[in-house]
Amino acid sequence: MSLYYRVGAETDLGTPAPYPGAAAIGLTIDGVPVSVPEGTSLLRAAALAGVGVPKLCASEDLAAFGSCRLCLVEIEGRKGYPASCTTLAEAGMKVCTQSPRLAELRRNVMELYISDHPLDCLTCAANGDCELQDMAGAVGLREVRYGYEGANHLDKPKDESAPYFAFDPSKCILCSRCVRACEEQQGTYALTIGGRGFASEVVASQNEPFAESECVSCGACVKACPTATLIEKSVAQQGQPERSVITTCAYCGVGCSFRAELQGDKLVRMTPDRNGKANHGHACVKGRFAFGYATHKDRVTAPMVRERIDQPWRKVGWDEAIDTAAKRLRSIQERHGRKAIGGVTSSRCTNEEVYVVQKFVRAALGNNNVDTCARVCHSPTGYGLKTALGESAGTQNFDSVMQADVIMVIGANPTEAHPVFASMMKRRLRQGAQLIVVDPRAIQLVDAPHVRAEHHLQLRPGTNVAVINALAHTVIDEGLEDSAFIGARCEAESYQTWRVFIGEPRNSPEALQEATGVPAAQLRAAARLYAKAGNAAIYYGLGVTEHSQGSSMVLGIANLAMATGNLGRPGVGVNPLRGQNNVQGACDMGSFPHEFTGYRHLSDAAVRAQFEADWGVALDPLPGYRIPNMFDAAIAGEFKGLYVQGEDFAQSDPDTQHIYAALSAMECVIVQDLFLNETAKFAHVFLPGCSFLEKDGTFTNAERRISPVRKVMAPLAGLDEWEITCRLATAMGYPMRYGHPSEIMDEIARLTPNFRGLSYAKLDRLGSVQWPCNEAAPEGTTLMHVDAFVRGKGRFAPTPYVPTDERCTARHPLLLTTGRVLSQYNVGAQTRRTEAVAYHAEDLLEIHPADAEVRGIVDGGWVGVKSRAGETVLRAKVTDLVQPGVLYTTFHYPESGANVITTDNSDWATNCPEYKVSAVQAYPVSKPSEWQEMFRRFTERQEQLAAPVSRGGWAAAEAGSDAKAEAAAAES
Amino acid sequence: MSMQVFVPADSTARSLGADAVAAALAEAAPQLDLRRTGSRGLYWLEPLVELETDAGRIGFGPLDARRAQALFADGAPGAEHPDCLGLVEELPALRAQERLTMARVGIIEPLSLAQYEAQGGFAGLRRAQSMDGEAIVAAVTESGLRGRGGAAFPTGLKWRTVLEAEGPQKYIVCNADEGDSGTFADRMVMESDPFLLLEGMRIAGLAVGADRGYIYCRAEYPQAIATLGEAIRLAAAAGHLDGFHLEVREGAGAYICGEETSLLESLEGKRGTVRYRPPLPAVAGLFGKPTVVNNVISLATAPAILAQGAERHRSLGVGRSLGTLTVQLAGNVRRGGLFEVPFGMPLRQLLEDLGGGTASGRPIKAVQAGGPLGAYVPPQHFDTPLDYESFQAIGAMLGHGGLVVFDDRADLGALARYAFEFCAEESCGKCTPCRVGAVRGVEVVERIRRGERADDNRVLLKDLCRTMIDGSLCGLGGMAPLPVLSVMEHFAEEL
Repeated sequence: MSLYYRVGAETDLGTPAPYPGAAAIGLTIDGVPVSVPEGTSLLRAAALAGVGVPKLCASEDLAAFGSCRLCLVEIEGRKGYPASCTTLAEAGMKVCTQSPRLAELRRNVMELYISDHPLDCLTCAANGDCELQDMAGAVGLREVRYGYEGANHLDKPKDESAPYFAFDPSKCILCSRCVRACEEQQGTYALTIGGRGFASEVVASQNEPFAESECVSCGACVKACPTATLIEKSVAQQGQPERSVITTCAYCGVGCSFRAELQGDKLVRMTPDRNGKANHGHACVKGRFAFGYATHKDRVTAPMVRERIDQPWRKVGWDEAIDTAAKRLRSIQERHGRKAIGGVTSSRCTNEEVYVVQKFVRAALGNNNVDTCARVCHSPTGYGLKTALGESAGTQNFDSVMQADVIMVIGANPTEAHPVFASMMKRRLRQGAQLIVVDPRAIQLVDAPHVRAEHHLQLRPGTNVAVINALAHTVIDEGLEDSAFIGARCEAESYQTWRVFIGEPRNSPEALQEATGVPAAQLRAAARLYAKAGNAAIYYGLGVTEHSQGSSMVLGIANLAMATGNLGRPGVGVNPLRGQNNVQGACDMGSFPHEFTGYRHLSDAAVRAQFEADWGVALDPLPGYRIPNMFDAAIAGEFKGLYVQGEDFAQSDPDTQHIYAALSAMECVIVQDLFLNETAKFAHVFLPGCSFLEKDGTFTNAERRISPVRKVMAPLAGLDEWEITCRLATAMGYPMRYGHPSEIMDEIARLTPNFRGLSYAKLDRLGSVQWPCNEAAPEGTTLMHVDAFVRGKGRFAPTPYVPTDERCTARHPLLLTTGRVLSQYNVGAQTRRTEAVAYHAEDLLEIHPADAEVRGIVDGGWVGVKSRAGETVLRAKVTDLVQPGVLYTTFHYPESGANVITTDNSDWATNCPEYKVSAVQAYPVSKPSEWQEMFRRFTERQEQLAAPVSRGGWAAAEAGSDAKAEAAAAES
Repeated sequence: MSMQVFVPADSTARSLGADAVAAALAEAAPQLDLRRTGSRGLYWLEPLVELETDAGRIGFGPLDARRAQALFADGAPGAEHPDCLGLVEELPALRAQERLTMARVGIIEPLSLAQYEAQGGFAGLRRAQSMDGEAIVAAVTESGLRGRGGAAFPTGLKWRTVLEAEGPQKYIVCNADEGDSGTFADRMVMESDPFLLLEGMRIAGLAVGADRGYIYCRAEYPQAIATLGEAIRLAAAAGHLDGFHLEVREGAGAYICGEETSLLESLEGKRGTVRYRPPLPAVAGLFGKPTVVNNVISLATAPAILAQGAERHRSLGVGRSLGTLTVQLAGNVRRGGLFEVPFGMPLRQLLEDLGGGTASGRPIKAVQAGGPLGAYVPPQHFDTPLDYESFQAIGAMLGHGGLVVFDDRADLGALARYAFEFCAEESCGKCTPCRVGAVRGVEVVERIRRGERADDNRVLLKDLCRTMIDGSLCGLGGMAPLPVLSVMEHFAEEL
């Protein structure tokens, strides 16, 4: 029997699954015995039994609502016609879903719906994907006896203000799925039903256009809408997709699973996959809608070379590009030594692509000068968690948060940077979990709809370690530690040392309140809340790692979690929120100069021997350069060539002037990317990469979940990225050949204990797998450190608070810190080439009203910001989201020059830059900074140099033609 | 000691000029001890002034300011005065009643704790305080009390469900969103005997283990809201609430918020829309916690049950309709007002003997019973006893006890249209049969009345009514067709 679901779409069982572990009960539906878990609705029970009951307001993603009255059924021994969505199955129930009276009722209800609905099915954007249409068919509606002259809503105007979707209230059937999705799934509460009765209508915020409302364009309402009322503009323009491919989002570290819905190889829309274990059918504005960059005219689709960076680019075929690159690299090695070149892997690329790059460096270049962009984000996480717990990864899965009683968010802004996980977290907070926010700025979680932080520890930037020490001191001082856990699970000796250290008066909240700016009483209260929670979970972001004491802070977090027994079970843990889609994976894949895959040190002869045997080459046992070392060495004239995979130092790394100098000093910079990014302006060889839509491979998200990335269209430039690297290696004299990325994964699995059980076949079968995946855990590992820590006993490490050198002085009296916004992604190379610019068109400098006033800075006015490293100019946003003395900006636009300000300070253990604290002065100005002038001139010049090869995106010198034909031509 | 004179101060009496009467009395006879009480509910006699005598209170009314001014012109007036009604307690309209719930209404000053206690107030609470929850619930169950808001659900059963529900936090919610046309019993209790409601809620709290109570009162009752607020303050200050937290919450003008789940949504600060059931509010009510939601009269009857015993309550009424019904007689009726009578009194006796027929003197054509969603009862059914089951048997309902009388000039087709119009106006809009159906109902009735394909449209109208009855999420859409169907059945020539 048909389940009345759109062909090819996800089946929707009508109501959510009951909580796992519910006992099975038996009932009969239409005479057929059915067994379902207790708590299952009759609608779901019927669907599970293959019985389709008509429905409109019900959806598996939303709590039952009972408004459409189509899913009415009869139950033996009960009066009336209860709605099957809101009626729970009971043992022994006899349910009838089809009877003459039910058919009549459903038809009559449908008749009422259609009496107030446009009859334009053939030209409707939802034609073919409309549940109302399906249901009218299912109930056999043949006439509308009321006629169409009665009261109706057919003249309601459309709202097309939102960039990615349109709202047509004339087609609305008031099922409230959009409103409920906004509340239950997204937690933004931007939508509501206004008016009442027949005048009820879906309204955004205070009856505002969507674009001006609180809507964050997550798309949950659009997905939930059963009609064309809320529909993607892409569908309205292109028509219905005809096939779909499950793949993984390439934006943040949440790693949402999506259905890429296509017409041929043309992407129509991205729909979040209900079976995605990280996102459970939810998405954010970026993953859901911001895919236009993949086919943007700025995409470079042919390899290019030039001798010097003041020369124009020359388009070449792949063979010439690879040969040129290989020759130049080899020439450098011949002249300057084996170690004068290196490579950098990208957290945005797949595990397989990253793996081949680090293999290329170690095996083909013969050194260990490989690093990854995680250097500048989460390297302290890797170091700290490995040291304390034994594994460089977060301890939980995302779903674990639904069992947390207290959630502590430190230096992370999930609603902006990890929005889909933030929605889950907010759902848990709405259920009653309590929240502690540790952040210099009032992030949205501090006071969101139906969510309010119990404590906002609004610390001064740079005093994280002081705060974590004060919290831990309180735990020990007030006897709140979990002695049983510590005794059973942790090293006695290191605990005792740490206990003495943390108990010292210098670590007390009272002693540290002045430095942190957080009152001692609040620190103590927060510590008590965390320690006594039952289940307390810590989630942290780059506000923890990107400091001179980033590693100390990660250790401090681990100390606190161990001391209170908050590790090794659901609802607890230490959870780094990874910034990019594959930070975890890039680190896992052996991208660091001192480690092979799975975080095994080069100096381990046994491991090295294994790789040498497999790769057939002798490997250097000594660690190579980290990224900052490469730049320093370049300036010193010792490092001459670099192969950069999908990374944009020139915008993203600190102290821009220093980076420019280093890049300018190199003989051969090879950039492999989608766009001629800032770094490419310094490049000599450009190898066009692939968007995630053009790849087969895997990403590993912040919960260690390895998810498949699937090719939905051919590479625009004709070559897979892993293939580019392999060709380069081969040209360098070290043949690397794979038939498919699955073979690369097989090699990774072969050489890496944590991945030993992994294969593409398994990923296809399970959807995704959390590592470790091996003999001990063939289907992966949800929670780490359950019975024992990976390193055995947990290790406590004393973390003395050492103030950063970036401190307020008379010349630089303010502290600048940085963050991200929802609609943009990191350096913005992708999102700036989408409609995201409508949400966030420029980076603004947030400044407290008190600081603004004394400086004569006005909202919207130009402000000069100067640190000891440099100076830039931004527009001011005067707001009390920041505390007095603290400035804040985002870094999505290169011309903002946020990293002109940041300095060369870095984490003591890992060299992760101290992005989050720069001592600055701010003052009103009337023109861009000197650096910005220089940047503008340089950009103009580079655009001219690229004009001959542009597809129309840069200087429009050459009309864009079919990319693939061009690529093919270039190839031949 | 000066002579005590009582002038009612409830909203109805005041709307009929009671304040002017009181002012006139105070001016003309300053020596009097003037008290403002509630109203007896005999509204055709309002403003009704009562004078304390050795024999009891004697009444004068209806008065206006001029006549009040003259009342004491020749000293204390007596039986010979032309406006004298004699002993109030002996008035036939009161003698015919059984004032169990309304025992003190119209007699005491509403905010006098002393008078409340002197007239038997808090006796029920004191009794309840000596019992455990189980025993209180047993007494209420034994009494046969059923919800007076209209649904007639056994109150004891509801309380038992809440008593047995797990959870540290439970609530008592009083539904004082009295929105049915022609009803005012709740308002009378709240304005005239507010401590009674508080006592009832406190007893309910003791019965089920709830320490917080909310009275959700419609905004159209400002005097009730003010009176209750003051009563809570006084009762709490005097220690009568004993830690039971009570507050009054004001509605915002939506009829649907008298539906208990919408009421709870509204009380939670949300839009007043209906929740599906189950779960029942008794299991997951206010803020998801077990909650007793009872009408004012139900709660106000609990003290009498506790004080006088379940048996006394059971002894009144018939069949499964036990105790008294606070009938509110309104519309085109000669003697409109509140009549608390045991269940089982024939409708005709109420309309004719107590109500005295229509105010216009013309024949009664129909009576709408149970509010705007109730059926129009034709004269052939006037011998029906006033009890839940008998009314159900004739396709009607007693509801909250409101009876609105129409004489032979009433246009029942128009009234049928109005039933849909009312539903369309007051629908929360959540479910489709009600949201769209009510609007289509108005249109179809209009077509029939215009004679457009009348037979087809009559079929459609019946279809629509049955769709709304069987398909609506709550009683609003589910019952709005009842008056329409009653018109089609009993007054077929008019629709």
